[in-house]
Parts: sequence; structure tokens; C-alpha cells
Amino acid sequence: MSMPFYVSPEQLIKDKADYARKGIARGRSVVVVQVQEGILFVAENPSRALHKVSEIYDRIGFAAVGKYNEFENLRVAGVRLADMRGYAYDRRDVTGRSLANAYAQTLGTIFTEAAKPYEVELVVAEVGASAEEDQVYRLTFDGSVADEHGYVAMGGLSESITAHLAENWRAGLSVGEGLALAIAALATSEGPGGSGASDMPREIPLNHLEVALLERDRPRRTFRRIGSDRLRELLDG
Amino acid sequence: MVGEASFAEFLAQHRPDLLSRLAAGPNSVEAPHGTTIVSATWADGVVMAGDRRATMGNVIAQRSIEKVFPADEHACIGIAGSAGIAIELVRLFQVELEHYEKIEGSSLSLDGKANRLASLLRSNLGLAMQGLAAVPLLAGYDLARSTGRIFSYDVTGGRYEEHEFYSVGSGSMFARGALKKLYSPNLGETDAVEVCIEALYDAADDDSATGGPDLARRIFPMVAVVDAKGFRRVDPEELTRLCQAVVDRRMERPDGPVAHIGGGQA
Repeated sequence: MSMPFYVSPEQLIKDKADYARKGIARGRSVVVVQVQEGILFVAENPSRALHKVSEIYDRIGFAAVGKYNEFENLRVAGVRLADMRGYAYDRRDVTGRSLANAYAQTLGTIFTEAAKPYEVELVVAEVGASAEEDQVYRLTFDGSVADEHGYVAMGGLSESITAHLAENWRAGLSVGEGLALAIAALATSEGPGGSGASDMPREIPLNHLEVALLERDRPRRTFRRIGSDRLRELLDG
Repeated sequence: MVGEASFAEFLAQHRPDLLSRLAAGPNSVEAPHGTTIVSATWADGVVMAGDRRATMGNVIAQRSIEKVFPADEHACIGIAGSAGIAIELVRLFQVELEHYEKIEGSSLSLDGKANRLASLLRSNLGLAMQGLAAVPLLAGYDLARSTGRIFSYDVTGGRYEEHEFYSVGSGSMFARGALKKLYSPNLGETDAVEVCIEALYDAADDDSATGGPDLARRIFPMVAVVDAKGFRRVDPEELTRLCQAVVDRRMERPDGPVAHIGGGQA
């Protein structure tokens, strides 16, 4: 008869958290920026098929970093929850807050109960009628929720990106300005495999960016993807 | 089983209470009925129009009901028959298409949409047998073929592709007669809208359950256009002008435009 090793709960949680953090830091980053026209999502993502940014409902968008199959599961669950609520009640009754709550519950349960935590970090953003009414929630692998204002950077080596955003973000940016800021911020990190912040900002090819906007003034479904042609126009204009 | 991307299947599994599959009882109930929908293709798209009347027996239940809805960006759906059931069907169909688009990251093909509507409709067969039938008409722009297409249905979920034009509902025989005489394959957008308004006028002329243009209350048919740019409702001012023109012409000739026989000129 062998006795199982005793592992203290503190150690267990710490190990799981370290494991999840490492997984998330391996990927590329996503930046979410509030701009005058809405909420902008910019992800460094060379894949055309596997999205990191997507639509959940009329005014709600979703961005994720980490393990694709895990956050894809969460995205599909979010779409189902939102569509079911909107169908059972009304489209206006689907809110970013309730969705963020549901994600927090799910992630929290998985973190404590499953053998392996989800290696993901999410943003659920709801665009309001004005910039003051925008809601941006950031959810981490253990189910904690943070209410963010202005900008969020997550995934990869996000410290240098966050620092760049903190220094340069201001309220009332236009889409073009927000886009330029997000790309400049992403370029401050060395990207996957790098050792951290680099002194020389690197060039990110436009076709390696996945960009979408929750457009404040659109009726009904506000989520629009921005392709590389439109991206170039916005950056030049 | 359509699988992961179907909202209706998801509801049936997890929240069957939200699906309006009422138990079939022995007696039929009286509920508002929507009446006539017409649709016609034009060179670059398709037009759909519906009158605004709902009837319950001999009573007018609603004067301003809406029976033409966007199904998604490139399709619209019109409904005739039991209004409550039909409107719920439209709501479910709209979420079904949007749900698929969000989960899969791309829209269904127009044929895919038409088939989904058929299977949603088939689940209502029990109620349809008791007189609560809903009959939709689907019109959309097929992005792959760059053309407008129309699909009609029967209560058992049968799906039929129609060519050029079609009409459903109580006034549909009269509307279809008018469409036959007025339609030509190379209509422009405004012509097609006008043809649909004329056809609805003829339906209202001979079918008591179809409402004509209500000049006193300024209630006009609901007209939608779908083309490569997507779904849009005809601008209310433009619609008012077109309806007024149709009514004015009928003042001169109540039976409407004359078809030319034997190559004769107008």
C-alpha cells in the first residue's frame, strides 16, 4: 500500500496558476482599445481560419488568448447563452455583464475542480451608446473578473504592451489612431519565442493582424471585421 | 441532427420549453391570420411585399401587422397563415441563421437557409393539421450565383423553388394572376416594387382578408428589397409615392393596367 503524497492546497493552486500563466504567455497578444467610434480589437494572428476575436451578440464582442480549443469552447458557449437569452426574453436583455459572470463561474469551477486549468484569458466587451457606457471585462484563467477602462492587453509578453498603451492611450481616439496605437503597442514585444520587450520595435505584417470593431452607431449587430485593405485605408487616413 | 451550429436543435435539447410546440388538442382555436405575400425577382435581386391586415374570422384583427421580415443580411421571409405561430417561426429562423453564422464564422448558402426553414416548418405539422398552419415565403440573394431566388413551402415542410415570382396567402390567387400579367424578366428595382404593389392591390380587390393601401391612416404595404448590398426596406416616402401613384391610376381604371394582346401597342 502506498500513501498518496500530501500536497497543500496553497501549493496546488500555485502550481495550477503557474501552469496556466506559462501557457498563456507562450502565445501571441491581443489588444482591446476603446475609441470614439466603438471598441477595437487587434490581435496578432497569422491564421485566417482560427479567430481570436469574434462576435457574441449585437453589441458584445469576445477576444481570447491561450489555447485555441479551450477558448473556442468558451466562445461557442457564450454565443449559445446569448442567443438563448435573446430568444427567451429580448435582444436588449443580453448584457456583457451577465456573460462575463457566466464565464467567471465556468472558469472558476474549471480552475478549482478540473485536473488541468484552462490556459486562457478573455475579454468580453460591450459597446455602449457613448464611450462612458462601454463595458470591458477581462477574465483570467481562475475566474477572476476585472472591469477595465480604455485598453487591455493580454497574452504573450503583455507587460511592455500594457506599458506602451498606458503611456499613449487617451479618451476620444479615432479608429485610425486607435489602430496605429494598438499596432505600435503589439510591436513593442518581441513576439513568441522572444525574451521580452525589445528595444527595436518590430514590423508586424498587416496580414498577420486580426482586427474587428464593435461599431457604436450601427443598429443591431455592431461587430464588423476589418480586412487588410480597409486596415491600410484606416492607417493612412 | 444538424449538429453544433443549429440553434433550434440546441433549444430542443436544453430548453424545450422555449420551443412553441404546443400539445395538439381536439378542438381548433380561432387566432389571427395573416394574409397575402407577393415576391418577384428583378435583374439584380428580389422584392417581397406583404399587405398589413390580419383577420380573425370576419373581423379585422390588425390593420398594421408586419409580415415581411429580414431573415439575415441577404434573405427575407414573409408569412401567411396563423400569425402567432408564423411570427414565432420567423423569430426562431432569424436566430437560427445568426447562430450558425456566429458559430461557423460564415453564412449558410441560400439553399441551406431554405432547407433549414423547411425542417423548422415540419416541426409545426401537428398544429397545422388543426388549422394553425403557417406558410412562409423565402426570398434571398444567392451570392454564389449572383441572382435573386424565391422558395415557397407547404405545411408539411415541402420546399419548392419558384421562378420569377410567387405569392402565398388567402389573396394569392388574385395576386399571382396580376403578377403573371405584369411581370417581365428584366424589370428594374422600382418596377419590381411597383409590380408587387399592383399585385397586392388586386389581391385586396378580390379577397376580403387582404388589406389594400389605407390612404386615410397612411398604412401601406410592407416592401423589402434584397440584392448584393443586402436587405433593405423601401424608403417610406418612396413607398408612399409609389402606392399613391397606383391608387391614382386605379381611379382612372379600377381593374389596373391592361396587358397587350396580339403585339398591340399601348
